[in-house]
Amino acid sequence: MCTVCGCGDAKLAGATHGDDHSHDHHHHEHHPHGHHHDIHFGHGPAGTEVPGMSQERLIEIETGILSQNDRHAAINRSRLAESGIYAVNLVSSPGSGKTTLLCATIRAMSGPVGVIEGDQQTTNDADRIRETGAPAVQVNTGKGCHLDGHMVGHALDHLSPAPDTTLFIENVGNLVCPAAFDLGEDAKVAILSVTEGEDKPLKYPDMFTAARLAILNKVDLAPHCDVDLDLYEANLKRVNPAIEILRVSARTGEGLDAWIGWLQAEAQAKRQRKAAE
Amino acid sequence: MHEMSLCEGIRRVVDQAADRPDVARVTRVRLEIGKFAGVEKHALSFAWEVVMRGSKAEGATLDMIDLPGKALCYDCMKEVEIEERLSPCPDCGGGKLLPQGGDEMQIKDMEVV
Repeated sequence: MCTVCGCGDAKLAGATHGDDHSHDHHHHEHHPHGHHHDIHFGHGPAGTEVPGMSQERLIEIETGILSQNDRHAAINRSRLAESGIYAVNLVSSPGSGKTTLLCATIRAMSGPVGVIEGDQQTTNDADRIRETGAPAVQVNTGKGCHLDGHMVGHALDHLSPAPDTTLFIENVGNLVCPAAFDLGEDAKVAILSVTEGEDKPLKYPDMFTAARLAILNKVDLAPHCDVDLDLYEANLKRVNPAIEILRVSARTGEGLDAWIGWLQAEAQAKRQRKAAE
Repeated sequence: MHEMSLCEGIRRVVDQAADRPDVARVTRVRLEIGKFAGVEKHALSFAWEVVMRGSKAEGATLDMIDLPGKALCYDCMKEVEIEERLSPCPDCGGGKLLPQGGDEMQIKDMEVV
């Protein structure tokens, strides 16, 4: 049972208004232009002058459109922090080799791991992950183009990751929408395969701006497909000067040590920050 | 990018704010959308009409206020306003800019009767 929204209830948590239209304010509905009625809004006067709007009728909201998602994400984040779990949100286009990289990473890693797999349909990816011996939960988004904080909260309920787990959340293959949806992860890691074209970061800048690390995957194919790896890196740095970059081949194992080292250093830094609190 | 689900998020907030006996109808909702928020405004307007049906805000006007795109230039280390996501720094012409704002997606206020 979802503790934030109660699942299926479209209202935000904390919405407690009853359907009390029959009480003594009922007549307002029949006199929408009745300026003589006093209308008391809980939020107080708007405090802003807007042409064409009367002050009494302006309700200030100042709420982010994704505020409900952000609330779910914040709960996931504190839940993960309590158990010392380090979580990465793996984002990429379809076919960049996320699942293959994940399987190779899990086989090469020590320590507890867990995987949340996001796809529109099928349990193929979670099945592949389970073959490595790691626990995995598949989330099918149906028509949805991204995982959101709510889905990940439920997936965490099913997965129940052990303390100090490294948690991989494999997002739906999509370089657009997942950039905007916080899941409660510690870092977004963008995976980009060398066959996708050096200008991919320029075409989809939002995702590469949101990512802390970019993995240039399938580098074993680079000699066969006339790509300029330095140009890939320059374009990544152009859209996100702070991004870290690793060159990896999940197939040959090149760069896997550096990637696992990055994960372990980040996880350790998180646990140290927590201990220092 | 996913304007339909954004609109559903807006509807949840608007429904909650309008769920009171002294609000008969919502006539206008104003959003603040950053230049780099990745929101396609035409798609949002289209989704708006569909998603708000049956709510107190059915038929309400949707106003979108643009917020400027801001970025930190890694060459001159100044915070600058830029027009496009890949624009060069207007001060020094540098090409390495890290967005510092402009990804806002906020419901500012609404007009009710």
